[in-house]
Amino acid sequence: MATLSRADVEHVAHLARLGLREDELALLEGQLNHILDQYAILATVPTDHIAPTAQTIELENILREDVARPSLPVEAILANAAEHHDGRIVVPAILGGD
Amino acid sequence: MTAVTASSADPLTRYEAVIGIEVHCQLRTDSKMFCACSTAQDDAAPNTHVCPVCLGLPGALPVINRRAVEHVLATGLAIEATVPEATRWDRKNYFYPDLPKGYQISQYDLPLASMGRLTIETSDGPFEVTITRAHLEEDTARLIHSTAVDGRKVSLIDFDRSGVPLMEIVTEPVIRTAEQARRYAEELQLLLRAIGASDADMERGQLRVEANVSLRPRGTEAFGTRVEVKNMNSFRSLERAIEHEIVRLAAALDAGEPLRQETRGWSDDRGETYHMRWKESSDDYRYFPEPDLPPLHVEPAWLEALRESMPELPAARRARYATALGLSAYDAAVLTADADAATLFEGTLAAGGPALAAKSVANWVTGEYLRLRNAATDAEPVAVDPAELAALIAAVEGSEVSRSNGKEVLEAHAGGGGSVAAIIAARGFRQISDAGAVGAAVDEVLAANPGAVADFHAGKAQAVGFLVGQVMKATRGQANAAVVQAAIRARLGSPG
Amino acid sequence: MATTSTDVTRLHAHEMAAALRAGTTSSRELAGAHLDLAERQDRGLNAWLTIDRARALEEADAADARLARARADGAGAFDALHPLLGVPIALKDLVSVKGGQCTAGSRILEGYRAPYDAHITERLRDVGAVILGKTNMDEFAMGSSTEHSAFGPTANPWALDRVPGGSSGGSAAAVAAYHAPLSVGTDTGGSIRQPAALTGIVGLKPTYGRVSRYGIVAFASSLDQIGPFARDARDAAALLHAIAGRDERDSTSSPVAVPDALLRLPAGDDEAADGLRGKRFGLPREYFVSGMEPGVEARVREAVAALETAGATVEDVSLPHTEYGLATYYIVAPAEASANLARYDGIRFGPRLGEVGGDVLSGYLATRGQGFGPEVKRRIMLGTYALSTGYYDAYYLKAQKVRTLIKGDFDALWAQGFDALVAPTSPTVAFRFGARMADPVSMYLSDACTLPVNMAGLPGVSIPAGLSEGLPVGLQLIGAPWSEPALFTIARGYEAISADADWRSLEPTGLAALDDPATPTLRR
Repeated sequence: MATLSRADVEHVAHLARLGLREDELALLEGQLNHILDQYAILATVPTDHIAPTAQTIELENILREDVARPSLPVEAILANAAEHHDGRIVVPAILGGD
Repeated sequence: MTAVTASSADPLTRYEAVIGIEVHCQLRTDSKMFCACSTAQDDAAPNTHVCPVCLGLPGALPVINRRAVEHVLATGLAIEATVPEATRWDRKNYFYPDLPKGYQISQYDLPLASMGRLTIETSDGPFEVTITRAHLEEDTARLIHSTAVDGRKVSLIDFDRSGVPLMEIVTEPVIRTAEQARRYAEELQLLLRAIGASDADMERGQLRVEANVSLRPRGTEAFGTRVEVKNMNSFRSLERAIEHEIVRLAAALDAGEPLRQETRGWSDDRGETYHMRWKESSDDYRYFPEPDLPPLHVEPAWLEALRESMPELPAARRARYATALGLSAYDAAVLTADADAATLFEGTLAAGGPALAAKSVANWVTGEYLRLRNAATDAEPVAVDPAELAALIAAVEGSEVSRSNGKEVLEAHAGGGGSVAAIIAARGFRQISDAGAVGAAVDEVLAANPGAVADFHAGKAQAVGFLVGQVMKATRGQANAAVVQAAIRARLGSPG
Repeated sequence: MATTSTDVTRLHAHEMAAALRAGTTSSRELAGAHLDLAERQDRGLNAWLTIDRARALEEADAADARLARARADGAGAFDALHPLLGVPIALKDLVSVKGGQCTAGSRILEGYRAPYDAHITERLRDVGAVILGKTNMDEFAMGSSTEHSAFGPTANPWALDRVPGGSSGGSAAAVAAYHAPLSVGTDTGGSIRQPAALTGIVGLKPTYGRVSRYGIVAFASSLDQIGPFARDARDAAALLHAIAGRDERDSTSSPVAVPDALLRLPAGDDEAADGLRGKRFGLPREYFVSGMEPGVEARVREAVAALETAGATVEDVSLPHTEYGLATYYIVAPAEASANLARYDGIRFGPRLGEVGGDVLSGYLATRGQGFGPEVKRRIMLGTYALSTGYYDAYYLKAQKVRTLIKGDFDALWAQGFDALVAPTSPTVAFRFGARMADPVSMYLSDACTLPVNMAGLPGVSIPAGLSEGLPVGLQLIGAPWSEPALFTIARGYEAISADADWRSLEPTGLAALDDPATPTLRR
């Protein structure tokens, strides 16, 4: 099984948008590799002709009719936001290509 | 930046453009993709069509809008695509402030429609565009960039658009010219409107077209470095943007500049594209099956019912107009491209019965009607009743009303002036074709205009025109001009 | 049973229902007594994250009014009322209650007030249950000890220096300590059954799709289920009856009918014991894992013997893919969680952490880096990695395939006609605070016997089966999909045949210390 390098840990943290301190990264590098070691057992299971299970519920085609219903009041939408302005939620400017 | 001034025809002698088109269109539904919030946006104040689901609150869950699914299935049928019996939903994971859940519910490897085609007419003849896939997903919120909040640079989010159903349609990289790209987008718009899947208005953001453009030296197979161009808000700007990008890429290749995959925006004002962002190799959307939604099973009967309720598609309509009705390719295309015109055309034909020639109906609709309709305003709308138009055309064809008076009648009717018969009567437009009645007027005019009669005999043929005009004036336009001219010539004999 | 006529907190919910109908108590009295007890004792227990006395009393008065109307309407009118009418209940703090906090045990949701009710909140209002408050939990339900709460750990009422299990530790401790007769928890890998076992109460994880997840903060969507805690099978069944059923807002909620049999479990012990006769149980050998405490194994085997004595047959069976369960679960659940927790970004709700004046990216990094605790970050990292390019097939897809095999193990046994499987709930009794915090894998092992049930979408219930070293041991009953009434019938049967056991009359040994002002607070 693969081993996570420190750079891998930093890359995954960036994908997940987790700002981690140096000590957290170091701890996670060790812990994640330890956990990945436990995953290694899965490679021993033959699964070539086994279909994946994503859900256990035996439902399909659960659809709703196209009927519009009232939304929440705008005050309820804004109430939990850290900042809002003229009915819109404010976020810091999006810089660069991110 | 390389200056871009050369014509687009030039680089295409050395390079071949490889173009794929990606379209996102908002589907025509009353409620959003996964919740019951209204999709109406034009008049909505910000964040008034928002609920826990489309705001991505903790605990909110999606429920699929049946009509949105059916719009994509109908599109699949219309482009002769393969619709899988079983499909499912996937989460596309990325962070952006307009994406409330941090993932977009989309379809990854099992789209609702795959491998379809759409034939377009171009200046070089018909061209078939292969469509890779059409799938269903949800729109993002609307971001406005502002410095209006305490002078800080911020973005403002309106979630009214968040969760509006969106269909993504992607072509194979088979398009070779900017014109083909524009015609494809136009034809797709017609198709989506015909089947009622989308209003597909580019300016209102209901149809967003992105072009993937690369160049390769003619005669080679390998793809060049690809540029994605977006932010075109009209078909014309789509064509211009691609033309510009072909020239720009060719210049870069000629100069030996290294190219990098990037996303570029189109500025209509400046007539050029600009860099937006580099494509990162680290983009990693971590697609996985959406556990909150059971899979979709498209039963053959469901598809069959959709097929049966499918209206006539634009290509079939154009072909029918040209072959069965004998219209010119131009008239067939104009009528097919305009839903109002087509409806009036079909209705008038139906009301007029077999006696009414399709060609003259087409002339009236594409000519007079569209002129009036395009000049109409909200304050002064136009409405033409097909049965009334049929009656008017019959009257003109039957020489009961002159063609010029007929146009006036149509304008009056369209402006709410009542029935065609009533307008003709009120304005005294019924033509006098009876030779006896016309003869009396002719005699009076000849008697009153001896000078013109003398001119005629002196060999001035144009004097007839003057005399016809005088008779028309005397009959307040009601006399049939052809009958009048015949009567004058009968009385005056040959010119001297 | 050690109940006194004066202390209503010692009543079972069905006894409260009878007393309310007889007019010997009121919902206000019930609510008041439980609120008093919870407010007095919680500093040492830390089972509650919020107690809403005003709202609870309002709801209690409304329940009393409904009871009064029914009484005025005369004979039969009480029959239309749900047995939970007027009965106090606690909700895990990931259930949305309109206008109330919903922290999911996390700093990242501090200050958030849900603008809507969860489906089960609506159902509980409909039947007239009285919501006392919200209970402590491992952050985002990730944990097996409630030590991963951002607001301090919850103590086990049996030993205040030990964990109550988790992640629904607050809900379990509140019921075990008589702060409420009923509570709601969620179970993704054992988070109802394991704390039920460790605190000596009944806890059921329903069949996936039985209870709507709408309005419940998600951990792993294909595994999460909401279920009841109670001090006996009848009460737990009645609570399941109240919250179960199809909800059109949860596409995975099943249209399978909710049987009224859940409200008709036998009251009498003889009838209840009869329900065990002729039942066929499987005893999966793989569930007696290495590391299982001898005392736990002994209690489970004694319970099996008692079931056989009561007329059931118990056969050794095998669930051969059990050993792959832990690895499979710890890929699938974190993967789903990594997406479910992407919405916590400080933009639409929750605190925005980090420096003012940064850009969006720095805001994401700071809010999520500082707002989530270590276990949540660990699992987001694991899940993100398992889904990332190049690793998807080896981890996520592989785990989904092994999940098929794990589910297939159970299906094979149902095909052989077993009524249920009998197994330990947890390999150990409640462990001491801190014992497993340093090694995440040791904590994950707490759920080895419960998480296969989630991966197969099955119902499972943990019921008390005695004590080991003075601490409760849980017996787990696992059934085929939709077999909750059968599981509760078996659970009720076991209650009946063990009714005279000494341990049944004991109250949790830590309760006395809760009234001692010297007991230190756990609250953070």
